[in-house]
Amino acid sequence: MVPLEEVRGMEIPENIKKRLSIPFEENFYAGHTACQGCGAALGLRYVLKAYGKKAIFTIPACCSTIIAGPWPYSAFGAPLFHTAFETTGAVISGIEAALKAKGYKVKGKDGIMVVGWAGDGGTADIGLQALSGFLERGHDALYIMYDNEAYMNTGIQRSSSTPYGAWTTNTPGGKKHFLEKRHKKKVIDIVIAHKVPYAATASIAFPEDFIRKLKKAQEIPGPSFIQLFAPCPTGWRSPTDKSIELARLAVQTAYFPLFEYENGKYKINMPNPKKEPKPIEEFLKLQGRFKYMTKEDIEVLQEWVLREWEELKKKAEVFG
Amino acid sequence: MPMRKVMKGNEAAAWAAKLAKPKVIAAFPITPSTLVPEKISEFVANGELDAEFIKVESEHSAISACVGASAAGVRAFTATASQGLALMHEILFIAAGMRLPIVMAIGNRALSAPINIWNDWQDTISERDTGWIQFYAENNQEALDLILIAFKVAEDERVLLPAMTGFDAFILTHTVEPVEIPDQELVDEFLGEYKPKHAYLDPKRPITQGTLGFPAHYMEARYKVWEAMENARQVIKEVFEEFEKKFGRKYQMVEEYKTDDAEIVMITMGSLAGTLKEFVDKKREEGVKVGAAKITVYRPFPIEEIRALAKKAKVLAILEKDISFGSGGAVFADVARSLINEKEKPIVLDFIIGLGGRDVTFGQLEEALSIAEKAMKEGVEEEVYWIGLRKEIL
Amino acid sequence: MAESPFKADIERVEKELTEKMTPGAIAYIPGSSVINKTGSWRVFKPEFNKDKCIRCFLCYTYCPEPAIYLDEENYPVFDYDYCKGCGICANECPTKAITMVREVK
Ligand SMILES: Cc1ncc(C[n+]2csc(CCOP(=O)(O)OP(=O)(O)O)c2C)c(N)n1
Ligand code: SF4
Ligand code: SF4
Ligand code: SF4
Ligand SMILES: [Mg+2]
Repeated sequence: MVPLEEVRGMEIPENIKKRLSIPFEENFYAGHTACQGCGAALGLRYVLKAYGKKAIFTIPACCSTIIAGPWPYSAFGAPLFHTAFETTGAVISGIEAALKAKGYKVKGKDGIMVVGWAGDGGTADIGLQALSGFLERGHDALYIMYDNEAYMNTGIQRSSSTPYGAWTTNTPGGKKHFLEKRHKKKVIDIVIAHKVPYAATASIAFPEDFIRKLKKAQEIPGPSFIQLFAPCPTGWRSPTDKSIELARLAVQTAYFPLFEYENGKYKINMPNPKKEPKPIEEFLKLQGRFKYMTKEDIEVLQEWVLREWEELKKKAEVFG
Repeated sequence: MPMRKVMKGNEAAAWAAKLAKPKVIAAFPITPSTLVPEKISEFVANGELDAEFIKVESEHSAISACVGASAAGVRAFTATASQGLALMHEILFIAAGMRLPIVMAIGNRALSAPINIWNDWQDTISERDTGWIQFYAENNQEALDLILIAFKVAEDERVLLPAMTGFDAFILTHTVEPVEIPDQELVDEFLGEYKPKHAYLDPKRPITQGTLGFPAHYMEARYKVWEAMENARQVIKEVFEEFEKKFGRKYQMVEEYKTDDAEIVMITMGSLAGTLKEFVDKKREEGVKVGAAKITVYRPFPIEEIRALAKKAKVLAILEKDISFGSGGAVFADVARSLINEKEKPIVLDFIIGLGGRDVTFGQLEEALSIAEKAMKEGVEEEVYWIGLRKEIL
Repeated sequence: MAESPFKADIERVEKELTEKMTPGAIAYIPGSSVINKTGSWRVFKPEFNKDKCIRCFLCYTYCPEPAIYLDEENYPVFDYDYCKGCGICANECPTKAITMVREVK
């Protein structure tokens, strides 16, 4: 690992400097089997950069199971435990308890990070109970929900995190039934209802911000939760080169705003609350999964996005 | 000096856990097992047991947390029954497949529907294919001993499989009996510390557990579980011997009672064995050549021991508190498969008895025995006999 | 030119990796995926024009494989053994120093 500060004799412009907060070391290894342009894979790369080898990962059934590789392979440079779909919250609780019983330092500076890495299905749906148990019991561990807004591993079925108007294989749209009819479940609000010490949203388009949040999750004792927006070109029917652009647009349109909830206080990171967010259409039009939406559908979604955004801004105002 | 105390089966199980010093316990209340974790919480709260107690939000999470803890390299324990065990089902395979020697105490209870909190063995029997070693206790002392033994067997390097010890709901879980609590020092010596070599999660050792196994590798991984379960036969015998030397109580895969000249041997498990032995005594006095046998270890199934037993008798009558609908009793099936290729074999009869807490009376045993006597002379009439059914309300 | 950060790993993995089944089917070798050369998946290939590069590290930061590392002068190097050709690097490059061209096989 070469410290980028030295950047080997190069003068670094200010705007680029902050990118250097991303550790150089790679603990997520190439040769993994994610699809081209997979947001989840990039997310894993960042987490493994942030924690190096000082983390123990738990992954339930999801795309990441496949990404990490079949026996005897592993793309991980840190210990990894594959578990059943709905058990992430419980398994990380058990690992944390065991490490503590062994006398290891968990969380905090130089402590071991116990990390659950689960999809939106494994978190918002089938794993919600175990997640709640984990949060409520106050374990010193981090739960990351990588949100690709559907069950991708089983072939793109809707989850409760799938947005309004999206095509999936079980919301195909037809004469009688619409595409996804429900708005995206606000899992982070459910998490915050547990009054956790730290919860945040993050995006693969903003790795500096994500890694800063990962560090924070390490420093703050108790359960932490990060919902990471992770585009999936395969499931979203989007071009593989647009994954970052889409993740960025999700933030800029305030569809997926980046914020932190820390000890009862809300802080919005992005987009700028004082500015008008970009229209949601910019986010939608790059993705095949939204191509069946009518103008009215888009309006419904737009209205929802702005309403939710207003609510978040209010929270940040009142509890900022 | 070992201590003698009068206690319920659940307390005996909690004492066993305390003596085994698990580092992590995760459990969820369910009748009739609730007292086990309750009692353990007390031990932990009083500082008598130095462990992390995770008050999980379900049995599914209880076993999942145990899986996580065991994977992180510590001894883990849980207790449950019935619906709770059924809820754990999915994770039981994972614990065995990943070779995590978790130990679990079960207050054997019937499964819904209808809702029934009383004793039968449907809960553990339904988990027989998960790769867990299974012990069945006859009394509270056995419940305690067989939990300690379970730890020792499970953690043996030749085995590395999880194990469950069942003891009958209410009949044992809630009934007080005198129980000898072994010395902590002796238990420490007997069990030692759990120090896994094959798998433990530690940043110093970045291994990956539980990966996807393609068809090119899956069968071999499963074969390893099979092999471990086969190894467990020998290990269990060794551990039984060691246990007897240390603590003075003898255990066997199959415990025979007055079988040497028996024409009919009635086979069962759990607390029913106690009743059955009394029944045999009574019938012996009447001059009937009947014996009893108790299966203490149901997985691995004691095939050799059953074969040896079969050589002695003309009829084996299996009395069991479980049913596989569309087939019959599970223990019967295991006994039958043990004998299928024997040149000479006795008649084997399948009796379903005592489901959902139905009291097993001498009258019922008498009925089973007379069917066995008749079968010995005239052959088998029915595939499966339901004993003690209230035909008048059917 | 700097070496791929995975070069040493490939040697290590090739030496240590076995198909011998272990209890619990544990994958004992970290990073053993490096043996899987995913470059064969590629349809489009990123072509790099050094003259246009301002060394902003964006392509390196955003590659999900990762199949981009930096040379001694902090210019990106494309690791075609692993590059799946997703095109993220080209899409994100602020100076259009990367272009995706159809792979000729
Ligand atoms: C108990 C159980 N039910 C269903 C499945 C099948 N299954 C595996 S992964 C998955 C979807 C995963 O979706 P998500 O958590 O969003 O992760 P993604 O694959 O999208 O990354 C499903 C339904 C399972 N493995 N276990
Ligand atoms: S389906 Fe989507 S989330 Fe899954 S590996 Fe492919 S791109 Fe990644
Ligand atoms: S095309 Fe994709 S995989 Fe290839 S170097 Fe660029 S970002 Fe990486
Ligand atoms: S993104 Fe473009 S300008 Fe920046 S380092 Fe890569 S090639 Fe150079
Ligand atoms: Mg998903």
